[in-house]
Amino acid sequence: MEYEQLKLIEKSVKIPSGCGVAGIVNKNANRFSGEMIVSSICMMKDRGNGLGAGYAGYGIYPEFSDKWCLHVMYDKTGEKEKVEEFLEARFNIVEQEPIPVRKVKSLSFIPVLHRYFLDIKNKFSDNLTSEEDFILETVMKINRNFDGACVFSSGKNMGIFKGVGHPDEIAEFYNIHNYKGYTWIAHNRFPTNTVGWWGGAHPFGILDWACVHNGEISSYGINRRYLENAGYYCTFYTDTEVITYLFDLLCRRHKLNFEMCSYVLASPFWEEIERETDVKKKKLMKFLRIIYASAMLNGPFAIIVANSSVLIGMNDRLKLRPLVAASKDDFVFVASEESAIRKICPHPERVWMPEAGKPIIVHLQENKNYGEIKKYK
Amino acid sequence: MVEIDAGGMYYRLLNEKIKALARSGCKEITVRNVCGQRYIGAGFDFKDLRINLYGTPGNDLGVFINGTEILVNGNVQDGTGNTMNSGRIVVYGDAGDITGHSMRGGEIFIKGNVGYRTGIHMKEYKDMRPVMVIGGTAGEFLGEYMAGGMIIILGLNGGNLIGNYAGTGMHGGTIYIRGKTPDVIFGKEIKIFDLEEKDYKTIMPYLERFANYFDCSLEKIYETKFRKIVPVTHRPYGKIYSY
Repeated sequence: MEYEQLKLIEKSVKIPSGCGVAGIVNKNANRFSGEMIVSSICMMKDRGNGLGAGYAGYGIYPEFSDKWCLHVMYDKTGEKEKVEEFLEARFNIVEQEPIPVRKVKSLSFIPVLHRYFLDIKNKFSDNLTSEEDFILETVMKINRNFDGACVFSSGKNMGIFKGVGHPDEIAEFYNIHNYKGYTWIAHNRFPTNTVGWWGGAHPFGILDWACVHNGEISSYGINRRYLENAGYYCTFYTDTEVITYLFDLLCRRHKLNFEMCSYVLASPFWEEIERETDVKKKKLMKFLRIIYASAMLNGPFAIIVANSSVLIGMNDRLKLRPLVAASKDDFVFVASEESAIRKICPHPERVWMPEAGKPIIVHLQENKNYGEIKKYK
Repeated sequence: MVEIDAGGMYYRLLNEKIKALARSGCKEITVRNVCGQRYIGAGFDFKDLRINLYGTPGNDLGVFINGTEILVNGNVQDGTGNTMNSGRIVVYGDAGDITGHSMRGGEIFIKGNVGYRTGIHMKEYKDMRPVMVIGGTAGEFLGEYMAGGMIIILGLNGGNLIGNYAGTGMHGGTIYIRGKTPDVIFGKEIKIFDLEEKDYKTIMPYLERFANYFDCSLEKIYETKFRKIVPVTHRPYGKIYSY
């Protein structure tokens, strides 16, 4: 069966949901093998149905820590040359190679997977507002203009690995245990409303943001239109994509801090805002709800979002999806189920369930060994 | 007493093993290294069986259970006691969201805190009256759409006793809370009253049992006055489509 046909069939199937999410962060930016996150997400194998799984690791490319790294998937080989031509015009390609993979019998319809380590060409650097915006524009151009090609990871010293399969199969396929990172997030998918294709697996990423999500965003249409005004175009047919772009827009470009960002995405109810006694905070909450009405996420969600300096775990305002956190020494764990944490950390110092709409924010200490950790604040 | 090591065991196999032992006449089964196995005890009909769990059982612990007693040394996840009929679940730790979801009978005792939507759609019928006693605090939407039975929140370890929107859509049963009426947003369908003598009589046996299980003083529990949250109407949405 052709890949395109498969996509169409899967579009017509609807199954009740229950994705799993997991995240681990070492606050001192000490790197550890991906084995740990694999073990954690595989504990929740029953939350997925084999139609998507993926991982994002930070600090995994120390030898190229200052290069932009694009992970690109091609489902038609012809597009690869055109995309590379496009990249060569904009970047010096420092290194490029097929993403190393292993044969896993149960995986099928595997696209061509390639990664590029890039420097922006000098002639562009004068006209840039920021390198990040240039990368953003490049990613959007490839995803929109080259049929059958998509960039699914575009940060520095980080990478996203994902596909259609169970989390153990995808981990084996990409050799996740061979990578070492200081932050890892993972996802186990049970697609409900959208296609189970390789690009639609989580995490979703733009620049060094990565996002995994359990739930569904019913405000997708509004969010998507709002983001288009700011130069973000949704091309992955999955609601989670908008969350990733909203974090980049709000936290990097609009410079909101993460708490403010949580007021935008999981807005407090008006009656709760009315009851707020801190006048300044009340004004801020009102202001954010009005200004960012189109950025509000409606619908159930539990998300884990990371970049090179922070890990955030958050629920929707009604807490319609589960999320548990735990800490031990300089590690913080977040997952859909406590058992997924206990599997890799049997005796945490503290276990807690975050309140609805109130994010867990874990900031990293700077660690010179693995490149400068970018502060978005 | 028989022991099972559940380390790395898939939930189906674990449940089959427990069931086989119970069928062969075991009255007490201890399961160690429980981690994430869902549906433990699902639909068990063994009236005098006791299962001791060590670790973190998965979602829907004791779902549809009909007479068994489950003791958990550890925290439990979401959906504990989902639609249980009779029997008892005792947790020496915290519980996740939707604890006692659609409970029809039996008892749940939680030493620590519970998550959101505890006792959502609990119900009662004739002499089937589910009871849940929580030693700590409860998250938002406590007793949402509750139709029967009772929930007792003790708040023994401080913290916010209950969250916002308690009793939203509630149309049956009673929620007893220990202490002053918290300053939270309640559902529109409830009223709060002081307790009468007969109310204390109703909750006493369950508080005694709670004190027994978790080795805490009954006097200390009674030191603070209780209040009760009851629905004002049995059909809050009776007219929702009639305008």
